[in-house]
Amino acid sequence: MRDKLPPEPPGSEVTPEKLYLRRRELIKNAGLFAGTAAVVGGGLYLLGLKRTRPMDGFVPDAGTVAQPVAPAAGAFDTDEPRTPYEDITTYNNFYEFGLDKNDPARRAHTLKPRPWTVVIDGEVHKPQTVDVDQLIAGFPLEERVYRMRCVEAWSMVIPWLGIPLGKLLERVQPTSFAKYVAFTTLEDPEQMPGQKSPVLDWPYVEGLRLDEAQHPLTLLATGLYGKQLPAQNGAPLRLVVPWKYGFKGIKSIVRISLTREQPRTTWSLANRREYGFYANVNPAVDHPRWSQASERRIGDTGRRPTLPFNGYAEQVADLYRGMDLKQDF
Amino acid sequence: MASKQPWLNPAVALGGLSPLALLAVQGAQGQLGANGIEFALNQTGLFALAVLMASLACTPLRLITGWTWPARIRRTLGLLAFTYAGAHFLTYSVLDQGLDVRAMVEDVLTRPFITVGFTAFMLLVPLALTSTNKSVRRLGFPKWQRLHRLAYVAAMLGVVHFIWRVKKDVTEPVLYGAVLALLLAVRVGEALRKKRALAAQRTA
Repeated sequence: MRDKLPPEPPGSEVTPEKLYLRRRELIKNAGLFAGTAAVVGGGLYLLGLKRTRPMDGFVPDAGTVAQPVAPAAGAFDTDEPRTPYEDITTYNNFYEFGLDKNDPARRAHTLKPRPWTVVIDGEVHKPQTVDVDQLIAGFPLEERVYRMRCVEAWSMVIPWLGIPLGKLLERVQPTSFAKYVAFTTLEDPEQMPGQKSPVLDWPYVEGLRLDEAQHPLTLLATGLYGKQLPAQNGAPLRLVVPWKYGFKGIKSIVRISLTREQPRTTWSLANRREYGFYANVNPAVDHPRWSQASERRIGDTGRRPTLPFNGYAEQVADLYRGMDLKQDF
Repeated sequence: MASKQPWLNPAVALGGLSPLALLAVQGAQGQLGANGIEFALNQTGLFALAVLMASLACTPLRLITGWTWPARIRRTLGLLAFTYAGAHFLTYSVLDQGLDVRAMVEDVLTRPFITVGFTAFMLLVPLALTSTNKSVRRLGFPKWQRLHRLAYVAAMLGVVHFIWRVKKDVTEPVLYGAVLALLLAVRVGEALRKKRALAAQRTA
């Protein structure tokens, strides 16, 4: 048994009380420093969280296309580099699912794109109410690689799959009174939760002049990158008009009506000064709040000049001969 | 000057700069999503406004609570706001516009949305330059104080810039505007109170 205590350290090794207290002070201050820094940094981080946050490696699920795809006509295709599938499917304006660019990719799973009925009516000889798969079954799908220019001055290159709208119109036979085509998106706040908020007049309505709708560039798209259209890109059926700003490309269409009068379209109703009926891509007519002279191609830094009619002037400029495109913007 | 809380300002600076560092690292690695430049613009702009408003909240907070620490971090917050506004402007001018001076001049002169944002940034420059104790002494406190009231003007322009930027649904920027109005109301109320007290003193 040991009855002796270990030897005491010599007095020279004892930490003076003053220093001992300073050490505690230092540790306390370090803790407060770290805590305060974390609160300030974390607070800012939380403030910024709501804004269009990028998504981590998110790739949505989309089935492959069952229908045969016609050999690429290629006549209208651009050979510019295609925007990656992930960017096309995670950076969307589709206010029916929220206002942020990544809201549609996160929230559009509530949309049920099948079964899906499309009504074609108005000034046609053969009105019909038809299942979307039946509607497009009669036509070979075509792949079209188009530029897409958003009114917000960004752009993409997208390989769509679809059928020319003109072929469909031929089949339903417009009457001689038909001057315009009006398109309507599904209205169902359960499937489209963004419709619970009145940011726009629901349902979304878009329109084209009949000759624009019949133009061979105008496409009813059902897929992209060889796959079914993901919900966030407007499944099961959307409009693609490559020489117009992206908001003309109405998504998740349930009705196509041929009309005598120019349809009242959603964005032109929301703000007539900023968004016109024609909405042709035009670098010479600025948006009241920003320039349309240039655009940012998604994936690029810097900007590139915007082309008249988004580079499709050769094909479509004739449609607007004699019109003042500064008035009819 | 030995401070009671030597850690306070370094901590605010570190915490305040960390989102900017994160943004720079993620941006360099291309992890800011499909439109990384737009994302960086939104983040730096939002942080500039938020931190500027935090700096304007210091005095009202001190008046209401009697705490002294808000007054001691005010300069750091103001300089942070200037840093974010500068990062915002650099993102716009270098990454977005590619230093196309003609396009930028046109933007500033013809687009109110950009005019007010640019003006707000320009107003912050003299404030950042006169943020030192030496400047306060050189200008004299009353003059310095009057100059630094421009921070309120800059914040107001920042809110307007934010509102005009939004395509639809102005809830968030209007919320910032409401908070700013509240902060200004506290200051005006305090000024009136002081004036009245002074008048009462004189008549007494």
